[in-house]
Amino acid sequence: MLEALQLPFIQRALIAGVLVGAIASYLGVFIVQRRLSFLGDGLAHAAFAGVALGLLLGTQPVYVAVPFAVAVALAITWVRERTSLGEDTTIGVFFAFSVALGVLLMSMRQGYTADALSYIFGSILTVTWPDLWAVVLLGVLMFLLLPLWGRWAYATFERELALADRLPVLRQDYLLAALIAVVTVMSVKVVGIVLIAAFLVIPAATSRMLSPTFARMTLWAVLIGVMTSLLGLFLSYYLDTPSGATIVLIQVALFLLALLLRQK
Amino acid sequence: MGALAVQTYDLGVRFGDFQALYGINLEIPQGSFVAIVGPNGAGKSTLLKVLLGLDPGNLRDGEARLVGRAEVFGQAPKALPASWVGYVPQVKSFDRSFPALALEVVVSGLRRAWPFSIGPREREVALAALAQVGAAHLAERPLGRLSGGELQRVYLARSLVRQPKLLMLDEPATGVDVVGEADLYRHLEAYQRQSGATILMITHDWEAASHHASHVLLLNRTVIAFDPPGLALRHECLSRAFGHVGHAHDAPVIR
Ligand SMILES: Nc1ncnc2c1ncn2[C@@H]1O[C@H](COP(=O)(O)OP(=O)(O)O)[C@@H](O)[C@H]1O
Ligand SMILES: [Mg+2]
Repeated sequence: MLEALQLPFIQRALIAGVLVGAIASYLGVFIVQRRLSFLGDGLAHAAFAGVALGLLLGTQPVYVAVPFAVAVALAITWVRERTSLGEDTTIGVFFAFSVALGVLLMSMRQGYTADALSYIFGSILTVTWPDLWAVVLLGVLMFLLLPLWGRWAYATFERELALADRLPVLRQDYLLAALIAVVTVMSVKVVGIVLIAAFLVIPAATSRMLSPTFARMTLWAVLIGVMTSLLGLFLSYYLDTPSGATIVLIQVALFLLALLLRQK
Repeated sequence: MGALAVQTYDLGVRFGDFQALYGINLEIPQGSFVAIVGPNGAGKSTLLKVLLGLDPGNLRDGEARLVGRAEVFGQAPKALPASWVGYVPQVKSFDRSFPALALEVVVSGLRRAWPFSIGPREREVALAALAQVGAAHLAERPLGRLSGGELQRVYLARSLVRQPKLLMLDEPATGVDVVGEADLYRHLEAYQRQSGATILMITHDWEAASHHASHVLLLNRTVIAFDPPGLALRHECLSRAFGHVGHAHDAPVIR
């Protein structure tokens, strides 16, 4: 165990995993209470298209995928606020667009696609320095945004009351959507595209069942996100399993445990 | 007549090509207790939202167009300090899946943000507001375990905790039993005596309203009557607001 910690790529993966676990779960509580789970799904696939574009252009995929996913997140929010289309329909359209675009871009890249698989299922071997710096930067940003928790929570509780109290609810919607897009892209290396939506939602859903208040729900979700990321990364290294699947399976196990505990 | 709490000048609201409100000219004196009565879709909730400075359509469903002008205490609703106004939304919009204790809901009315933790001073003020509406025992109860009537009281405490000068309630008596409704009026009147606040309350129970309100605003997309209850609730006004009603007593029950 200890000698694994000496390996630079393990160190990078652990730091990225812990930070991403904390941030994803923190945003996850808002996703769960605002019923935006499907948004995470849609944005994961936008990340897929963004990564595909980055690979095609031969740059660090994260540099292309972040702006791309943020643009999709803002577009979804804009369409949702301007039309009476349901949330699900709006996201469904962008979801389809992203997957189609991603597949098209992937197919244009001749031959070698092994690295593409690491994006789809997650692989701790591939967390690069630029990946890590991007995650650290996001971590700092989220830390600076912590004082907004009370306003975000208020608008999550009752949008109309928050509006009546003159909170910039619309701006919050855009900011939250953009942050969810960024953390989604940042999580790609650790969890993989197919499982990001689960990674965003399960810790928050688990802590929802254990918490009588939103404050406690937030704390527990972050704790669960961090612990399961750490544990999952270690296990995936020793068992040689894909990191994303390992982390999410641990999260699901915890979720089931919480479900049982709750019934008492 | 004294100072006005609410004044509107040819106020109108249009959703797409549907004119929800038109030609509203109101002068509501400070300290009055106004019962707002009218059929479903009369624009009652829309009027309150305009006075709250909310976008009446909440930006959904295309553009909502507002014409004319509304003033609350002589200012545009949006310019008014948020703490002057208390609001109890319609019960159907309450979300009970949010993990919260009743006390936190009340503190959110004080802070205008959700509390991460509650200080002793805030707790004291919030508990006093709950006690004021006979709901002190509900303080530590999760929202999901409150009945409809209990939830109404918590929201009422939430709106009172900031000592508003104008209190607006959207159908607070709906889903509340007769005793609960009597209690509601008792709490509102007690608050009004103590604070001199103005109260606007949407209700379908004009029998009860006529006993407690100082004015009745009969609304059906425009003002049908704005008078003391005895005048506003005359048969010809009611039939203009609700369409033909055979007799004021067996008037249609509107939900
Ligand atoms: N956001 C909106 N978009 C379109 N129409 C709306 C919107 N809000 C309200 N309306 C319409 O305006 C009318 C008045 O609504 P409302 O003020 O809620 O009536 P009331 O509260 O008197 O029952 C209704 O016909 C309703 O369908
Ligand atoms: Mg209404």
